[in-house]
Amino acid sequence: MDTISLAFYALAFLIIAAAIFVVTSKNIFHSAIYLILALFGVAGIYVLLQAPFLAAAQVLIYVGAVSMLMIFAIMLTARIADQTIRHTNEQVPTGLLVSLGLLAVIVYSLWQTPFAISSDPMPEGAGGTLGKLLLTQFALPFEIVSVLLLGALIGAVVIAKKDSVRREPEAPMTPLPKSAEKVAG
Amino acid sequence: MTPFNLTQFYADWATILPECFLLLWACVITGAAVLGRTDESKSGTFAIWTIIGTLATAVWVAVTQDGAAFGGTFVFDRLAVVFKEVILAGVILTAAASVGTVSRLRAHRGEYYGMILFSAVGMMLMVSATELLTLYIALELSTVTLFVLAAYHKTNRKSAEAGLKYVILGGISSAILLYGVAILYGLTGTTELARISQGIQRQFMASGSFPPGLALALLLILAGFGFKLALAPFHMWAPDVYEGAPTPITAFLSVASKAAALAAFLRVFFVGGQPAQLIWIQAIAALAALAMIVGNATAIVQTNIKRMLAYSSVAQIGYMLVGAVALDPWGATSISYYAMAYLFANMGAFVCVIAFAERTGSEEISDFSGLSRRSPILAGFFALFLLSLAGVPPTAGFLAKYYVFAAAIQKGYLWLVLVGVATSVVALYYYATVIMKMYFPAEQTEGGFPVARTLTIVLAVSALGVLLLGILPGPVVDWIKAAAQSFVPPT
Repeated sequence: MDTISLAFYALAFLIIAAAIFVVTSKNIFHSAIYLILALFGVAGIYVLLQAPFLAAAQVLIYVGAVSMLMIFAIMLTARIADQTIRHTNEQVPTGLLVSLGLLAVIVYSLWQTPFAISSDPMPEGAGGTLGKLLLTQFALPFEIVSVLLLGALIGAVVIAKKDSVRREPEAPMTPLPKSAEKVAG
Repeated sequence: MTPFNLTQFYADWATILPECFLLLWACVITGAAVLGRTDESKSGTFAIWTIIGTLATAVWVAVTQDGAAFGGTFVFDRLAVVFKEVILAGVILTAAASVGTVSRLRAHRGEYYGMILFSAVGMMLMVSATELLTLYIALELSTVTLFVLAAYHKTNRKSAEAGLKYVILGGISSAILLYGVAILYGLTGTTELARISQGIQRQFMASGSFPPGLALALLLILAGFGFKLALAPFHMWAPDVYEGAPTPITAFLSVASKAAALAAFLRVFFVGGQPAQLIWIQAIAALAALAMIVGNATAIVQTNIKRMLAYSSVAQIGYMLVGAVALDPWGATSISYYAMAYLFANMGAFVCVIAFAERTGSEEISDFSGLSRRSPILAGFFALFLLSLAGVPPTAGFLAKYYVFAAAIQKGYLWLVLVGVATSVVALYYYATVIMKMYFPAEQTEGGFPVARTLTIVLAVSALGVLLLGILPGPVVDWIKAAAQSFVPPT
């Protein structure tokens, strides 16, 4: 096994282990820390794939900005970091069965599929090419992303902001139905 | 890489003028609401005029511009025109039906319309996207805003639950869709649908069989779309979200968002996945059958009218996809016609629920008992829309079912049509139960009530749509057929 493969398996192990800890850890603050670890691992994979720009963007945006925001949100939310959360329920065996089955199908199909793999080295200045593509052929999705961010931003404000209008609470538009019988579809 | 060309640049932006127009006014409406310059009734009127303006712009673009733009990521073809008009009709009816709901909101009234328009921008871009990256981002734009709208009654537990469930399941389904797209890109080296189709064909020619990864990719994309369309077995989120969301948003979700996802589905599978039809056609047939059976069977036992309509719309998507097994222009025509008929019938049915709940505060089916005495107009409209959903002539629902079944029979899917007919009978049973309750109540209920004026207009427009599409389908079907023929590659 050469160094690249070794590094890949080490990183893959790191990512998967960290991801498992994210969902199993009882404390939400620990989950956030493990998430940062997993995101770092992904940046490492990008480096192995000779995509230094993506790796840098991954570290800057996910490890730097997104994770910091999450940690701030956890620290600023009262009484959330010291709560232990129950995050398993009676569906665990079914869920495990379904996800392992899906994993088996995915691994089998990808294993059997011949992908066209190029052995040429990555051209220099891939970041520049990426930038050109984003402003020519992919200009439209690039612009829609900004609209998406704006929409998400407004939505987040609407959901998170305390209603400043303080009037007598009126009758809610749709009162809770008297008998909300739920039938598992 | 082509050098910069000013004429091309103008042509590109002229093609997405309707979306730009809509986006601009969505920002103005939101901004005015934030600055406190308008009250909510003005925002609503403004939103409706914006959509009328967008419709006009779309017609202008349809007449003056044609074909692909932005290096093949976006196309304003006839299919896009058909579905853009359907979506805009859905948005306009939603905005008009929201007046009462918005006036009862405690805050953020203007932003409500802004969010609807943002979502509409995403949907309009989605039906024109011919490249998977653009398609995905447009899909996200339309869904992210819908997450917010579903949770808009944020102090109501059911609405908050609806928003949370929709966010989580929407996120998972997007991830599944994206995983399929990534594998497809790995196999063909492109995200453009036309070139994906060529790539699949080339690989088939070279090796004589489809790689298993291709099947995986297409099925993952199908599952992703299944979530967006609330197709069984990916419909688990639908009843809770439909029940908890503000009712106009439920109508919007079930009509406009589905129309957009359906158009994207048609493009991805009828164009991109067309050479690999052997892989996915059986899967679609099975899912359509499952949706018809599960949706209708579960709808029978519901006691809440919104949940019943949620399960019924799961079944309706199943009927629409029956037309997809034909994979020819006629199949695409039948699906688009069904989407149009479903738009008016389902929108109308939900608006009836809004009008009823506004006056009585109830969404229980049992409370509809004796409605024909209390509000004859509302009962009449509701009966008409339910009959159209059930597929009774002379409503549009009958012709819609006839067209999809005819398309499937032509290709020899008799078993699927038999399932469809059998489940239609079941569906007729629970729709008719509601109508019977309204007209022949066990005991008399007192208290007549009027229907708000804007809601009456929405109901009248929807009823007109249902009846006109059912009685005079000719021009509309010709219009859709020309659209379908222009985009479905010859088989």
